[in-house]
Amino acid sequence: MIPSREEMRRELDRRHGKVLQDRFADASVAICGLGGLGSNVATALARAGVGHLHLIDFDRVDISNLNRQQYMAHQPGVFKTEALKENLLMIAPYVKVTVDTVRITEENIRRLLRNDDIICEAFDVAEAKAMLANFILENMPEKYLVSGSGMAGILSSNTIRTRKVTEKFYLCGDEISDADKGDGLFSSRVMICAAHQANMIMRIIAGKYDV
Amino acid sequence: MVKINGKSCNAKGKLIAVYLSEEGYDLKRVAVEKNGEIVPKSQYENTAFENGDIVEIVSFVGGG
Repeated sequence: MIPSREEMRRELDRRHGKVLQDRFADASVAICGLGGLGSNVATALARAGVGHLHLIDFDRVDISNLNRQQYMAHQPGVFKTEALKENLLMIAPYVKVTVDTVRITEENIRRLLRNDDIICEAFDVAEAKAMLANFILENMPEKYLVSGSGMAGILSSNTIRTRKVTEKFYLCGDEISDADKGDGLFSSRVMICAAHQANMIMRIIAGKYDV
Repeated sequence: MVKINGKSCNAKGKLIAVYLSEEGYDLKRVAVEKNGEIVPKSQYENTAFENGDIVEIVSFVGGG
C-alpha cells in the first residue's frame, strides 16, 4: 500500500521542517548524465522531496552500469531516463520527473536547461564536463552549477570534497583520480562524490551558499 | 604576480593559451576563471594575465 501524497509530505515536513520542505518542493534540478553520479544524486534528491527532477541522458542501461548506478538487473537495454524515472517513482511516487532522452550539446543546452534553477553536471567524459561547465558559466550565469570531477578508484574517502570555484559554480570530487587511467569506478566512492553534489544542491535550495 | 589556483606565479603578460599549454593542460578539459568571471574559450588566444589577477583553472577528469 503506497502512502498518499499528503502522508508522505507530512513526514517530510516533520523531519525537515515545513519551511525547508516548501523550498525543496518548489525546486527544479536538472541532472545532466544519469550514470554513477547522476542516478545517485537523483535518488538522494527524490528521497528528500525535491519537487521537480529533470533527467537528461541519451544512453541506455548496460550490464556494466550495475556495479554503481541506481538501476536494476532487469533494466539493461532500457533508456536511462526511462529506467531511472521508473525507479525514482517507486521511491517517491509524487515527485515530478521529466525526461529528455538526448545528447546534450552546445546547440541544445540553452533550450534544455532554461527552466531549471540548479544544474547538476554528472557526465562521465571529461571533455563533456568541461563543455557543459564552460557553456553554462559563459551563457547562463544565473544558474547554479554543481559539477563532479575525480572519484575513480578506492582512494581515501576523505580526499573527496566540495569546492566553491566561483559564486555559482561548485565542484565536488578529488579533482585528480581519473577513470580514463584505469582505476575503475566503484559504487562506494562514486556515491561519496554524488552525495557531495546532492548535499550541495540541497544547501543551495536551502539558501546556504557556502561549502 | 598572478595567483593561479592559490599559488603566486610569475605569469604576468602571458597569454592564457600559452600558459595552459606550457603547464600541460588539455584545453578540451579545462574551464578558466579570472577574477571571478569565466574566460570564454575563444578568448584564450588573446587574453593575457595581468598583475594581481586571481585565476582558477579547473581541469576535469573522467568518471561519473
